[in-house]
Amino acid sequence: MATETPTLRRTPLYERHVALGAKIVPFAGYEMPIQYEGIVAEHRAVRGRAGLFDLSHMGEFFFTGTGARGALDRLVSSDVAGLASGQARYGLLCNERGTIVDDVIVYRTGEAEYMIVVNAANIAKDRAHLLHHLTDDVTFDDRSTGTALVAVQGPRAAGILATTTKDAVGSLPSFGVTPARIAGVKGTVARTGYTGEDGFEVFVASADAEQVWDALLAAGLEAGIMPIGLGARDTLRLEARFSLYGNEIDETTDPIEAGLGWTCKLDKEFIGRDQIGAKKAQGPTRKVAGLVVDGGVARHGHEVTSAGEVVGRVTSGTYGPTVDKNIALAYVPTALSKVGTALAVRIRGKDVPATVVKTPFYRRPE
Amino acid sequence: MSTVPDDLRYSKEHEWVRADGDVATIGITHFAQEQLGDVVFVELPEKGSTVRQFSSLGVVESVKAASDIYAPLSGEVIERNVKVIEKPELVNTEPYGNGWMIKVRLADKGELNQLLSPSDYRSHIGETAGAGGD
Repeated sequence: MATETPTLRRTPLYERHVALGAKIVPFAGYEMPIQYEGIVAEHRAVRGRAGLFDLSHMGEFFFTGTGARGALDRLVSSDVAGLASGQARYGLLCNERGTIVDDVIVYRTGEAEYMIVVNAANIAKDRAHLLHHLTDDVTFDDRSTGTALVAVQGPRAAGILATTTKDAVGSLPSFGVTPARIAGVKGTVARTGYTGEDGFEVFVASADAEQVWDALLAAGLEAGIMPIGLGARDTLRLEARFSLYGNEIDETTDPIEAGLGWTCKLDKEFIGRDQIGAKKAQGPTRKVAGLVVDGGVARHGHEVTSAGEVVGRVTSGTYGPTVDKNIALAYVPTALSKVGTALAVRIRGKDVPATVVKTPFYRRPE
Repeated sequence: MSTVPDDLRYSKEHEWVRADGDVATIGITHFAQEQLGDVVFVELPEKGSTVRQFSSLGVVESVKAASDIYAPLSGEVIERNVKVIEKPELVNTEPYGNGWMIKVRLADKGELNQLLSPSDYRSHIGETAGAGGD
């Protein structure tokens, strides 16, 4: 009897990561770089200069046909129908219970052409969810394997990207998307990201990934670009208070308590709308709160306490290199979610003081 | 700086010991700090408390995760490094210098014999013998 051992997949840039001295870890079924130089150095590079990310593990789904707009508007919580060609928007895939299947970005790349980018760990689940709800007038194409995604993020990202293309990517507005030729390669460029900085995401065929990666790294050399691993990707997104699927959001959480009510256009029809609307009307019993922890590092899964009683749980926690504080996100009762509330995080059996603070922890200077 | 200095003894859990009479200074090795990455928090026992050989004495937290520090020797904590609590990155930059953790008055000097020599530690971490310098 043949048994299959689950093998980890590699992105088309795996050899580059190894050559750059990355530490490689398994992540969402892929062998991914967690760090090259070090998380703090990489984090600072993105905040102060620029960083280059391989996000080719993420999923890209394409939708075409006369029914694409209507179908996606019903599947995604945000105003997809309102997207003009060349615009992108963040939104959620929800189920009939009004909880979160995934968080996605929807890109309208043509008159009747859309791309959505989904979390790597959710590719199979999302595909099933989407296919279940699609009608005959939509053509669905999962190009996750054949598509590479390279992100260049940071205050110097626009200048670096501009030197690799004749297309006017610098004039792309935030959440704009356009076809472009990068380093001689045909692709799609969007002004989107997950770091709290200005930046771009570049989608190209997997076969062209190395050419684009090499060109961006070379173009950014003088500007101090660094390759960035998943470790700094996490500290960057947490400082900017972006939700991570599997931490702040999953199928047991709803958009209102997760602080993602702003992504739900409740005056349109979408899957989960009624349940989310009801939740909003009655008010959530718990909420994601931002914490600053004084005297320890909170981690995913740690208990949050108030006067010795367990009242919640940390969803993400780390040291934030830019804010220079130990920061965390946690589900806490709504009554204990107000800014200034004194709580504690139970770290190795000790209740370490924590204060509810305003989020995002970090906002980029204008 | 040598990555495995010749004048120290080592534990399999990647702590180092500098013994001077009945007092030992304890820290974590260059190899350990490299594995951990950027250290952002250090928790050490109070002065006057006792630590037991091969039991947890404290914790180092890197950006990514928390790791126990194990006492390579038993004894009473006579000093803890306040500098490393205030500036945890010293563990990365000077693991054998200002990044030390605690000083212990040894309960049993014989325990030193249970620790690894520099060459044994080098093979423990997969370095070829004699490749001490960098």
